[in-house]
Amino acid sequence: MKRTEANPMTDLTSQTSQPDAERTPTRTDPDPALIADDLSVYYGEEQALGGVSMEIPERRVTAIIGPSGCGKSTFLRSINRMNDRVPGCRVTGRLDFHGKNVYDANVDPVALRRRIGQVFQAPNPFPKSIYDNVAYGLRVQGRDDEVDMDAEVERALRGSALWEEVEGQLDASGLELSGGQQQRLCIARAIAPDPEVLLMDEPTSALDPVAEAKIEDLITELAEEYTVVIVTHNMQQAARISDQTAVFLTGGELVEIDDTDRVFSNPADQRVEDYITGKFG
Amino acid sequence: MSGDSKAGFIGDEKLSADRRIDRWIRRVFFGCAALTIVTTVAIFLVLFDNAANYFFGARITELLAGATLDRQVSFTEFFTGTRWAPSHAYPSHGVLQIVWGTTVITVGAAFISIPVGTATALYLAEYADPSTRNRLKPILELLAGIPTIVYGFFAVSFVTPVFVDGIATYIVRPIGRAVHWIGTALPSTVGVAGSEVAIGATLIGAGEAMMAQYVGRYSMLAGIIVVGIMTIPMVSSISEDAMQAVPDDLRDGAYALGATKMDVSLGIVIPAAASGILASYVLAVSRAIGETMAVTLAAGFNANITFNPFEEIMTMTAYMVSMARGEAAVGTVEYQSLFAVGLVLFLLTLLMNVVNDLLKRRFQEAYR
Ligand SMILES: Nc1ncnc2c1ncn2[C@@H]1O[C@H](COP(=O)(O)OP(=O)(O)OP(=O)(O)O)[C@@H](O)[C@H]1O
Ligand SMILES: [Mg+2]
Repeated sequence: MKRTEANPMTDLTSQTSQPDAERTPTRTDPDPALIADDLSVYYGEEQALGGVSMEIPERRVTAIIGPSGCGKSTFLRSINRMNDRVPGCRVTGRLDFHGKNVYDANVDPVALRRRIGQVFQAPNPFPKSIYDNVAYGLRVQGRDDEVDMDAEVERALRGSALWEEVEGQLDASGLELSGGQQQRLCIARAIAPDPEVLLMDEPTSALDPVAEAKIEDLITELAEEYTVVIVTHNMQQAARISDQTAVFLTGGELVEIDDTDRVFSNPADQRVEDYITGKFG
Repeated sequence: MSGDSKAGFIGDEKLSADRRIDRWIRRVFFGCAALTIVTTVAIFLVLFDNAANYFFGARITELLAGATLDRQVSFTEFFTGTRWAPSHAYPSHGVLQIVWGTTVITVGAAFISIPVGTATALYLAEYADPSTRNRLKPILELLAGIPTIVYGFFAVSFVTPVFVDGIATYIVRPIGRAVHWIGTALPSTVGVAGSEVAIGATLIGAGEAMMAQYVGRYSMLAGIIVVGIMTIPMVSSISEDAMQAVPDDLRDGAYALGATKMDVSLGIVIPAAASGILASYVLAVSRAIGETMAVTLAAGFNANITFNPFEEIMTMTAYMVSMARGEAAVGTVEYQSLFAVGLVLFLLTLLMNVVNDLLKRRFQEAYR
């Protein structure tokens, strides 16, 4: 079980120290937002994630790729503890968020999820108005008194590049939008409470290429403010939008994690090369 | 010929025999469906015909054959009178008294079954872990299957003598004594802003009224409790099905935003399942309106417009039971009153169905 020893941190730092670095200082200093340390997840007796150790740098896009059933969604759900909702699911190891293990007994998953947003594979807007969809997070977090809700809704919808299309119809049901618009509504909903991390589980797999391109552009923009972890089956997508790529293989094993360019041009692990070139998986 | 066999979609003997059977099956199924429609229409016609006899002294058929109208009971008396005693020596036909009985039982029962049933459904759908749910659900369904006469015995043997009597004996009468005592300690009247207000006297009166509460064999409260308990499983079971049908996607979306269980239950699941939940309420109310055995044994046979929960009242169904097994001869006005009451009951249930339909249209499952 060979695991790459490359340190993504140093790689990313050296990679981004380019002339324009001064204009975007935040991008030169990627502290890890999340650190997984020997993180394993079991569904009953079955192990779905096998001792994953990796760092996820702040304000970067980390892509997770790998064949179906290799535990990508499981890993994502273990970050914001959505796995708690799965009966029989058990987690071992650590996952540090700001140096605090989110599986410590005194961590409240509800509070954790208020700082780590998630966008799901299929768009799942609530059967409520567009406005209420976006406002939902702030409302359940009890922050509707301290913010100007109209302004926040507009900011989130602009952030998800949906504002122009829905400006006049905020009272319309979120379900009346097209699939691509619904997914951008879900992104707006996730960013409205201003989380630090955004988890995205195959956010474009249910969409057409035009909607997909829009959301990809959006993710690149979002990474200026948010730490993005995106699961995708689309390798071009991973190559286009991510700074760092982690490759999981069957059995829930992390086999390679490195700067995206390197993973795709010169993977260290033969199995990763086979997977990327389509020989396997 | 050879072209036919090559085509392969001409069909053969076996297939056309199957198709014939298909047509027959279709007719049989249609016949079964038609049977229910015919029965409903027939029941309505019988009720209507007999009710006409009650009001006009002749059946519709007789009227069509030229019988003269002979007003026996006027609509004004029937719908606005407040004394219901068709068999009395001095008969009176004010149906409001028993409509009140049915209404108060139905509304009172709804105040029990709707909150308890909805909370049960929410618990099962959102809070209980799967193994608890799998153990509890069959019990609830069992509760729904208990014959109503058993609930009637439950009322006679437990609810009335233990529960209702307990409330009267240990709560209402002691409070009455306390109120009475306070009333005697206060001045009978007090001058407030220039007018006399009877404080002491009012309290003494109220206290005496409360001290006079004794529970007989039957009471409104027992009827409300029994019908309320009886309809809980209807609300909980159907509401729970509706809540289960809400896609888990929506819950995931809400939990991922940092919603609590209560946020998700009240803000996502209930609105998304509203149509099914409301349907369960309407069903429970319809059931309460039509409920007969248990309510007769619990609430009694004394037509009475009252707000006192310890008094005996009579529902429309209880009246129909007592009249149908009484001595009145078929065709007499008092016997025909059975059908007039039945017609009112039928129309009330019909109204509930219409309400159900309207609600359904208003609250379509929003997530589809
Ligand atoms: N709720 C669950 N209960 C039991 N087993 C599960 C559950 N969810 C996932 N698994 C199992 O865990 C393993 C990893 O599943 P996961 O959904 O994380 O894979 P994935 O990499 O996201 O796959 P895909 O690309 O198809 O979405 C699979 O073997 C799956 O069968
Ligand atoms: Mg997945």
